[in-house]
Amino acid sequence: MQELVRALDLRPRRTWRGTKNMIMTVLLGGSVVVVAVPLVLVMVSVFAKGGSILFAHFPKFLTADIPPTRVAGPGMGPAIVGTLMITGMATLIAVPLGVMGAIYLHEYGGQSKFARLVRFMAMVMTGVPSIVMGLFIYVVWTLNFKLQGFGGALALACLMLPIVINASEQMLKLVPHSLREASYALGATKARTVLTIVLPAASSGIVSGSLLAVARAAGETAPLLFTIGATRVLNTSLFHGDDTALSARIFENAKEAVANAQERGWGAALALVLLTFTLTVIARVITAFATRRK
Amino acid sequence: MTGKPDLRGKGQLADKAFGGLAVGAAALVLLILALIAVTMTNRARPVLGHMGLDFFTSSTWSEHDNIFGALPFIWGTVYTAVIAVTLAVPVSLGVALFITQIAPVWLKRPLVYLIDLLAVVPSVVFGLWGVLMLAPHLNRSFLTAGIILAIMIVPIITSLAREVIETTAQADKEAAYALGATRWEMIMAAVIPHSKGGLVGAVMLGLGRAMGETIAAALVIGSSAQIALSPFKSGDSMPAVIANQWGEASDLQKSALIGLAVTLFVMTIVVNLIANRIVQRSMQKSRGA
Repeated sequence: MQELVRALDLRPRRTWRGTKNMIMTVLLGGSVVVVAVPLVLVMVSVFAKGGSILFAHFPKFLTADIPPTRVAGPGMGPAIVGTLMITGMATLIAVPLGVMGAIYLHEYGGQSKFARLVRFMAMVMTGVPSIVMGLFIYVVWTLNFKLQGFGGALALACLMLPIVINASEQMLKLVPHSLREASYALGATKARTVLTIVLPAASSGIVSGSLLAVARAAGETAPLLFTIGATRVLNTSLFHGDDTALSARIFENAKEAVANAQERGWGAALALVLLTFTLTVIARVITAFATRRK
Repeated sequence: MTGKPDLRGKGQLADKAFGGLAVGAAALVLLILALIAVTMTNRARPVLGHMGLDFFTSSTWSEHDNIFGALPFIWGTVYTAVIAVTLAVPVSLGVALFITQIAPVWLKRPLVYLIDLLAVVPSVVFGLWGVLMLAPHLNRSFLTAGIILAIMIVPIITSLAREVIETTAQADKEAAYALGATRWEMIMAAVIPHSKGGLVGAVMLGLGRAMGETIAAALVIGSSAQIALSPFKSGDSMPAVIANQWGEASDLQKSALIGLAVTLFVMTIVVNLIANRIVQRSMQKSRGA
């Protein structure tokens, strides 16, 4: 009887192929864990160490001047203002230019030789290391106009430009042709069609794409090293005197062997991470809303 | 009788101006790239005049003796980038395959967000973590820099790999299953052959990104101008040395650092162009098939 039951056991036998499949499935799942581990470790460090100084001195950490390296205590105000102003100015420069460039590529150039060249070069420009962009602005701007926040904004704008162009062109592609044709049929000129019909239709995508570029730019450090100088006090002008930024302060504090400075570095890191995460979340929310409406 | 009636609308001039503005904005890209090439090469001329071609082949970098040889930094850049890619590729591929082939639908989106989150963390934060939390255990070395760079390029390789893998024809996958393949056999038989070109391109793009990354490398690589084979030795990479030495550099040294930047610029562009070529070719192939 037992012999018969064993012979009739129809469950699939364990084969090497099945086992291998299982091993590989576990390994692929494991790679997700491998990626998540450093992210979690970094976030835990930033929130624990940064939080202990940022929230212990809550609003003061965000507003006070930066104390000298060895002195304990809060203060990242000038860096926060610097990051906001420099990134803001970079956005004001790069987004209109990038959107205009994308308008040329999609609405005017199409597949013409010049448009293809610009598209190709924008791709090349995306790959230019940020430090090269910083030195470039140093050579053409800082050498003539001294260290100032605006130089940093120019460098960040150069980094954002190709990203904004690419993101905006993708969004313009999604606008249906019939909208443009309807506008032309009503007698609108091309410029009017683009400004009043095409851009509004693509606006949510362009805004969220640009926000992602802004988030990336706000975290950049290398381009600021050569262009904005350094200061411990508040500088509300982008055009006069040295400036500072969160990313630059984190870099400086990370190089110090002094615990007090490192602590402020963690605090600045938390502030910067919160800023970039907020921008990213806003971008995602805009995208989600726009896709739900359709 | 006047001649032909003027049928042009009032907005004609504004329309032309708008088109002109658009062309100008697009041309800015070309202008910036041309300016980068011209102005920076110009600034690098003093060091090339001083060192000649030894700038690229000498392994000595001593600012006190005014000897500037870029070789240790070229080595460091390539070496750390290769370590980073070696570490990042299996993991990124695994994540991309997991998200596209294995994960249940409800899990896909959170996983994509997780990877995107990694891309949003500023590199200087990874650098801070690397130098204060990782370096105490691993020292400042090629390997430490490679690990940090690997974490930073995982998102870009993963997202590109995901895009490529998702273009695999459903029919191919079903054919593999119909022949009795397990999921892993299906991946090896249908997904990988289809995606090979695009995956190579994704890896190259990751390599280009790793080569140009400055801040994290500057903090954890150890800043010593030596050509060492051991990943546990400290070294220096081109972007790192520029960031670390700029502050106290003499004029000739600044020229040398800009020379490094030009070299880096050319190297990353070459890598990116090759990557793009490969991606484009594989995309065309998959569209044709």
